[in-house]
Amino acid sequence: MVEHRKFGNLLPHLILWTGVLIVAFPVYIAFVASTQDNATIANGQMSLLPGGHFLETYYKTLFVGTSGTTREPVGTMLFNSFVMAMLIAVGKIAISLISAYAIVYFRFPFRMTIFWLIFITLMLPVEVRIYPTYKIVADLNLLDSYAGLTLPLIASATATLLFRQFFMTVPDELLEASRIDGAGPFRFFWDTLLPLSRTNMAALFVILFILGWNQYLWPLLITTRDDMQTIQIGIRKMIVTSDALTEWPVVMATAVLAMLPPVAVVVLMQKLFVRGLVETEK
Amino acid sequence: MANVVLRNVRKTYPGGFEAIKGVDFEVGDGQFCVLVGPSGCGKSTLLRMVAGLETVTAGEIDIGGRVVNQVEPADRDIAMVFQNYALYPHMSVYNNMAYGLRNRGMAKPEIDARVQEAARILELGAMLDRKPRQLSGGQRQRVAMGRAIVRQPKVFLFDEPLSNLDAKLRVAMRVEIRKLQRRLATTAIYVTHDQLEAMTLADILVVMNAGQVEQIGSPLEIYAKPATTFVASFIGAPPMNLMPLDAEGVRARFGGAATEAGILGVRPEDLVIAREPATGGGLTLDLTVEAIERVGPETFIYGTRSRHGDLTAISSKPGELPPDDIIVRVPGQDAPAIGDRMFATALPQHLHLFSAAGRRIEVQG
Repeated sequence: MVEHRKFGNLLPHLILWTGVLIVAFPVYIAFVASTQDNATIANGQMSLLPGGHFLETYYKTLFVGTSGTTREPVGTMLFNSFVMAMLIAVGKIAISLISAYAIVYFRFPFRMTIFWLIFITLMLPVEVRIYPTYKIVADLNLLDSYAGLTLPLIASATATLLFRQFFMTVPDELLEASRIDGAGPFRFFWDTLLPLSRTNMAALFVILFILGWNQYLWPLLITTRDDMQTIQIGIRKMIVTSDALTEWPVVMATAVLAMLPPVAVVVLMQKLFVRGLVETEK
Repeated sequence: MANVVLRNVRKTYPGGFEAIKGVDFEVGDGQFCVLVGPSGCGKSTLLRMVAGLETVTAGEIDIGGRVVNQVEPADRDIAMVFQNYALYPHMSVYNNMAYGLRNRGMAKPEIDARVQEAARILELGAMLDRKPRQLSGGQRQRVAMGRAIVRQPKVFLFDEPLSNLDAKLRVAMRVEIRKLQRRLATTAIYVTHDQLEAMTLADILVVMNAGQVEQIGSPLEIYAKPATTFVASFIGAPPMNLMPLDAEGVRARFGGAATEAGILGVRPEDLVIAREPATGGGLTLDLTVEAIERVGPETFIYGTRSRHGDLTAISSKPGELPPDDIIVRVPGQDAPAIGDRMFATALPQHLHLFSAAGRRIEVQG
């Protein structure tokens, strides 16, 4: 039993509220700043209430872009980032599912060697192998392309391991029942294993989409054309430190826009999460 | 509709472990065959070999006149019911039953007709749209049965299908399975470790131990004339009382034919409580009552045998009752008090004789 003391309830709430404020306040400031005009912000006279330039700023951000630095509207960057994050998330899930299926359900020579090779790549994230990876992508003429942006990030040990663990908990009898029911390896994968992995796939998708969305170093290296910029690179480029004036409302609007897709993914997928948790399958 | 013949079937695992050491038997068309034995005796392995889920190391498995050693499980025309049912968790009851038929490319109306018919037989009509997790254990069991029935296979294979059910449901399902199998007249092979299930279901009972067949026969035949001490103690509950008997004792009791020491067996239900020692060739045991179990219609009396006459004591094998401990099964609830001494007697025709190695020796009258 939890005791219902006044003070006992008050303190946790206080802590939680403080936490929420610390997280939410900067986001609020970013939103407020995106609705004011640039002169006000530059003068340091920004109010804490939203200003009247909401539509104007967001229209400019999405469809026109900053006057000098990025030369592309944020709409393009959003699109690029979205394509990249989607390709990484979907590609990783697809590859991991297939490789985990091979490792768990098929007997072939050097199966364990291959498993360990995959496992070892856990220790080699993109940042560690960035030069050779760049070299390969450049030699394949994949610079400034979606393939170049996503392929090196798709090969993933974590997701493979996760699916391997999950497949190993699927009772062998299901496979045997499928065999007796006349389902070959492909049908078993498609009709039984994939539907059972739905919850895992959703969880992974959320994590991988956000991971892809937040990529900074890799896109910075391999995209040079303006129309291939992702939003993370765009924000960075908008903030000029030298002679020109930073267009803060546009920067803030971009930041707010950059936050929205991951939030949307989490909110949308949460439903599937909860449903997956409530109806424990297997 | 087919018979199943196993010819010298062997299974050796890659590690060298010999799980099945040469098994021969035949299940006739429409017969219900039960494989029974303790866990690890190879009965499930043997069933899975018939299903095609395990490879056959040597020998032949023949279903309906066709050797199926190299045939895929789906093409053997069998259907299997698993211990944990192995229902597809994400499919409705209807789809669970229809899946195998769809994979065979059967026409939709035909599939529907078969599934509806199976649902009617198994009283699953109201549950066709539910998922397995929304069903009780007994209902899942019936869906697993339904999945087997719709296939209209030549052979049903059951791998301990009732062990996940509670005791009451198990009895009900046991009866249902038997009725269903009779009605469909489909050959069935059923694996269980429960000797009661084995006795009640089987047309032919195959008792297995350590990868070998100990005895094949009708349940009552096996009960009446167990071929080995293993079968004697495995079939029948409580198990047969087994007592070592020296050569002289064998000669004295069973005549001149037997000359070696052996093992004397007598079933608990063949022993009768008596005031006086038996006369005329029967067995008399002088017992001190150790424990009493009253289960209602009958009572089990556990007694220790006093050293008496021709029955010498030797040390028991692990896992068996010590040779001096005897169980007597008497009808009703009357029993002596704990600590009492009493005689238990058995008629000569109720005595079983086994060789020291555990093989049955037939004795005349």
